[in-house]
Amino acid sequence: MATHSSPIAGGNIAGLADLTGMIVERFGDQVAQLRAGANFILTLSVGQPSALPTLAQFLFWEHGCLFGGITAEEHSNHWQIHYTFLLPGSGWIDVEFSMALETKTLPSIVTEVHAADWHEREIEDLFGIHFENHPRLGDFVLHDQIWHEGIDPMRKTFSAERPQLERKVDLEWQPLLVVGDPGSFAMPVGPVYEGGIGESLHFLLETVGEDVIRAAPRLFYNYRAVEKIAEGRSIPDALLLAERFAATSAFAHSLAFCLAAERIAAVEAPPRAAALRVLLAELERLRHHAGAIAAICESTALAVAAAQASIIEEQLLRASCVFTDHRYLFGLNTPGGLNRDFELEQCKTLLATVDKAESDLRILERRLRLSSSFLDRLEDVGVVIGESARDLNLVGPIGRASAQHCDLRRACSYSGYGRLAFDVPCETEGDGYARLRILFAEATQSARLIHQVADTLEGGPVRVAYEVNHAGAALGWTEAPRGAALHWLRVDERGIVERYRAITPSFNNWLGFHVAAENFAFQDFPIILATFGLSATECDR
Amino acid sequence: MSFWFWHGLRKGIQSTRYPARAENTPGVSPGRPVNTDFSTVEEAQLAAEICPTDAIVAHGKSTYVNPGKCVHCQLCLHSLQSPMNWETGYEWTRLPADGKEALPFPASFAKSMHIMVVDAGDCGACLHEVKQLNNPLYNMHRLGFFLTATPRTADLLLVVGPVSENMRGPLLKTWEAMPTTRKVMAVGGCAIAGGVFGKSFMCACGVSAVLPVDFEVPGNPPPPLAILHGLLVVAGRKSLNSPRPISEGRP
Repeated sequence: MATHSSPIAGGNIAGLADLTGMIVERFGDQVAQLRAGANFILTLSVGQPSALPTLAQFLFWEHGCLFGGITAEEHSNHWQIHYTFLLPGSGWIDVEFSMALETKTLPSIVTEVHAADWHEREIEDLFGIHFENHPRLGDFVLHDQIWHEGIDPMRKTFSAERPQLERKVDLEWQPLLVVGDPGSFAMPVGPVYEGGIGESLHFLLETVGEDVIRAAPRLFYNYRAVEKIAEGRSIPDALLLAERFAATSAFAHSLAFCLAAERIAAVEAPPRAAALRVLLAELERLRHHAGAIAAICESTALAVAAAQASIIEEQLLRASCVFTDHRYLFGLNTPGGLNRDFELEQCKTLLATVDKAESDLRILERRLRLSSSFLDRLEDVGVVIGESARDLNLVGPIGRASAQHCDLRRACSYSGYGRLAFDVPCETEGDGYARLRILFAEATQSARLIHQVADTLEGGPVRVAYEVNHAGAALGWTEAPRGAALHWLRVDERGIVERYRAITPSFNNWLGFHVAAENFAFQDFPIILATFGLSATECDR
Repeated sequence: MSFWFWHGLRKGIQSTRYPARAENTPGVSPGRPVNTDFSTVEEAQLAAEICPTDAIVAHGKSTYVNPGKCVHCQLCLHSLQSPMNWETGYEWTRLPADGKEALPFPASFAKSMHIMVVDAGDCGACLHEVKQLNNPLYNMHRLGFFLTATPRTADLLLVVGPVSENMRGPLLKTWEAMPTTRKVMAVGGCAIAGGVFGKSFMCACGVSAVLPVDFEVPGNPPPPLAILHGLLVVAGRKSLNSPRPISEGRP
């Protein structure tokens, strides 16, 4: 049933030389500078803001590039805006635009690349930069019933320590309702729901009775301003934040942060550390997927299967704890490698648990396939068709269930993934069942990767000396359990963080949730939510 | 479909025997650093310096740990020539540092307690560990602990996370909607002292800045058994870890 795709999506991707040629030909006078660097295979400095939407359209739609995200940086006398794109199989492209601090308007690229929607809303809310032609700005990260507009906490002049007690809030604020049919109403869910066991987020289920017509999530209840409070901290202190803002994928995020920090100092982790990082990242993925499978079983009230899957998850948590002294793999990554080494005996014990978990998951999958009432609840539920997934740039298992092949381990290898053999499972149906199959298939691949790494583990140190003695900025990326995670880090010459930006897979994918949650029956809501398996806190930061 | 029934039965009882017996399966708890006597003053200084959250305070040759501030970075275990002593247990529940004498529930709550959980800016780890209490290995239902979906029927408010500004209102509303026999338990380093997030315009640096806290479960995150111990303490079925926490800052 599962099809295994080729590593690189699409057949229409021109190589870098072709791409540069075409950009020069089409945007010659608007693109001021074209260069390659250590960070990006190609950096395009754009001179005219009006060229941004067309250039984004050209890269995303005509050249099959994937959208990474938008990062705004405030320098002493100008703004620098980075639009990051991925040329699969080659590397990252940075479209860079600078403007004076007084200029606070930019043309929106949302009309061309829908995936940029939330990035622009976030920048507008936190930096106060207005995006022309964006359909909906305003209330986003800072909720309008408790924060007034114009606070712009990410500006350098804003002090993160000082509590903002004086607020001129909009007491008349009302959520935006779209459904206008007679008799329609909105049912609010959250932010405290399911007895609080779900993460804090809010939904408005717009309905005319039995069926929900539209469900829009409202996020950022868990916003802790991680990007803001990281500024002014040293790299090791900021690493604590990167690791702990979304603990269910702590290792993937700390790894992305460390890779960025290492790229700034032009340091590379030794081979043993790189291999062990792969092993730990795959252990985290396996554990995450077991938990996600348990949540899907629970959402359909298949109690025994949910219990079995959660036992597998707990066994993996315990194995992680025995192996690393922490159940969620905290405190392992450090710029320059790993904080500690592992012995062969430890690896063997871990492998035994991983094998057991993998075979238990296979048995579980076989049984689930025979449970027709379970499949009935997943099939054709929460469908995201391939075009929508491409349009909204969905990443990770959700994207791969809707025919989006991108997996950063393949599309832009890091930490030695390029040398390892594994498949990137891909499905085309885009429904809840396809997402479940992807989770099972990826768990198998993770176990396979853990074995490969353990079998070929070289000796040697796990850490090299790390020191930053010059200012710089770099991008680090990983394929976190929920999808692509990008960490942008800029430090000054003392190694103090000036800008830290974390683009998380949940942030990307929550944007697409409303596509899956359209015209469904009330009782399917928890199932759609579980098959998406997104984290609110990973999105909120 | 009937095979699920047989499959479930064949697995037998998987639940831990805790609290009737101690649970010592490897991996149920990451342990934590405890007060340590070093052989030299310098070693104690080094241990205090390596701690990124000042959870370790040196006093002569000894170091004292404030478990509420520990974020479990493991630096004092793996990055020191002479590491801190490490405790392997999980019965960590303590009273908050403000010195208030909190009492457990009266005996009528001992066999059934309803719990309302609020995620107030949690990173997901503590919440995930609370969720694990529902899995068959811990199965808190067997002890009479139930999660409830409404604050009206809740006895205990279990809060995870440092209390983000956007969650302060919902948290207070939940607390106000509970019957006044309520107790509040702060779970995890962030809920106790703000963890790595600290105090900022968006974070309240712990639940006690917003609500009166009765019990604290330190850990980053505390493992499921530590949270279970907390629930047993609140229900009056287990005793506290120590009558008083080590004072904040100075030993």
